[in-house]
Amino acid sequence: MLVLVVVTFLGPLLWMVMASFKSNVDIQDTSHPFRLAPILDNYANVFGNDAYLDFVFNSFWIALWAVLISLILGVPAAYAMSRFNMQKSALVVLLARIIPGISLLVPWYFVFANLGWVGSYGVMILSHMFILIPVSVYIMMSFFDSMPMELEEAGLVDGLTHIGAFWRILLPLSVPGIATAAILSFIFSWNNFMFALVLTGANTKTLPVAVFDFVSYASIDWGAIMAASTIMTMPIIVIALFAQRYIVSGLTAGATKG
Amino acid sequence: MTVTAPDRPALAERLSRWANDHRKWLFSSPAIAFTVLLIAFPIGWTLYLSFTNSFGSVRAPFDFVGLENYATALTDTTRFWPAVVRTLVFTLAALAFELAAGMAIALLLWRPFKTQALVRVIVLLPFVATPVAIAMMWRLIFDPNIGFANQMLGWIGIPPQPWFSSPETALPTLIFVDVWEFTPMIAIVLLAGLTSLSDELQEAARIDGANAWQRFWYVTLPLLRPVVLVAIMLRAIDALKTFDLLYAVKGQGGGSFHEAETLNIYAYTLSFQYNNFGLASAVLILFFLMVLISMWLLTLRRKETPSRLAPLGPAPPPRAAAAGGAGGIARSVS
Repeated sequence: MLVLVVVTFLGPLLWMVMASFKSNVDIQDTSHPFRLAPILDNYANVFGNDAYLDFVFNSFWIALWAVLISLILGVPAAYAMSRFNMQKSALVVLLARIIPGISLLVPWYFVFANLGWVGSYGVMILSHMFILIPVSVYIMMSFFDSMPMELEEAGLVDGLTHIGAFWRILLPLSVPGIATAAILSFIFSWNNFMFALVLTGANTKTLPVAVFDFVSYASIDWGAIMAASTIMTMPIIVIALFAQRYIVSGLTAGATKG
Repeated sequence: MTVTAPDRPALAERLSRWANDHRKWLFSSPAIAFTVLLIAFPIGWTLYLSFTNSFGSVRAPFDFVGLENYATALTDTTRFWPAVVRTLVFTLAALAFELAAGMAIALLLWRPFKTQALVRVIVLLPFVATPVAIAMMWRLIFDPNIGFANQMLGWIGIPPQPWFSSPETALPTLIFVDVWEFTPMIAIVLLAGLTSLSDELQEAARIDGANAWQRFWYVTLPLLRPVVLVAIMLRAIDALKTFDLLYAVKGQGGGSFHEAETLNIYAYTLSFQYNNFGLASAVLILFFLMVLISMWLLTLRRKETPSRLAPLGPAPPPRAAAAGGAGGIARSVS
């Protein structure tokens, strides 16, 4: 049973990686599906295209800023919502997760196109923050909920203000929670396709859009697409390998809190 | 000079006291304001546009046409209603398979074994991997001519299938990929729920002579119910709005025969291919209502949970029953 589970979930991903090291002739040759004479041509092709490194940079740059700003806005908000039991406010932030993204895209596009902002990093960062703030707020809320009030009170007794206690006591203790929020946020931003499809310009195109554009050409270069897909997924896989615990705790925050 | 010096600390102190007294809103308002600004305005705008004939360019003038767009959408049996049906079929089918498989995997990974940590990471991968990469990967595997799927079928003597490329098989194949991608998420949430259950009731049931299936059906499942409902809720929100996979595989309009066109894809196509912003807005408002109604129905189900708990009697709710009022976080917005 376990073997079946592992093969089902890992097999297709390995197939993608394997195809990325095959020549297109070998990919088309169905008589030897497992024959592998690894070549790096596909990777050379992908990286030989100067723009591809720009796409990697765009994805990274947008994710970095979107994650940072979301945490700066989201962590204090989560603290306030947790301490003061602000359920209505929490619901407003949750609405951002329920709402279909496309119903926002049209109006955003209206406004941003009129302002001439479509195709700037700022618009991409704003749109990703919209996804990431609810992520940070919900993960951090369940984190602060599980933190005993006494910690803060101890700080007050020692002469700290409320904000001082938040800054010097709660925040340092929240590092695992913040790491969870940051990692999940980064993954969501890196993987985002829909907002990028509409709001990026030639200079701010992110990896998912770039890989998707690969296919629109007449003949499909499977080797290159698989190489590009592998490059795009690799950072996430590495994060998952080293930060599995954080991803799982973020994913289940709220679903099973004690 | 002599006046300002003692004043300054006083001012700083007053500021500090003010900040501390108002920290509730000081801390939360930036995030709330940002979210409200980015939601309330677009929703208002979409609602407004849905009553107009806005078309062509975002700068083109438009007129007020009342409920015409809604009438057009609700009487459209070639694009709108089939898209509604596909959205529901896709969501319900994917959810059903994901729940069943997710539960099976969660139970499998529940009890400790040697390579458990590694298997758990592997199960996580489909869920975190970039959806566009996943779509490309399955396009290669399900390619009718060179795909590995048809080779495997060939080994057991089944004729090649068209998978994504035929109107009949496209949607079921897409559901399969969605199940592959999101079963791990359900499994992980359920596994966390299982881990939080106490062993005592299991023990008690075993002593009473319940077999493994009975223990699962009458003890574990009822206790796990709140977590299952949270998992359904989280997944349903995102499944209804599935975009990345459908668009990366079938493109605008969901294929030549609109075979994979859900409401989300239809609204996107209306907006950004046909530039029919008025009709698109009406479709989006209807879609939004549909998502809200689904969430409302699910919340109702959750509220009746306590009265229907374990057939074994009024079992104490598990720790997990505190299931986050508003649920946790799953996939990003789509």
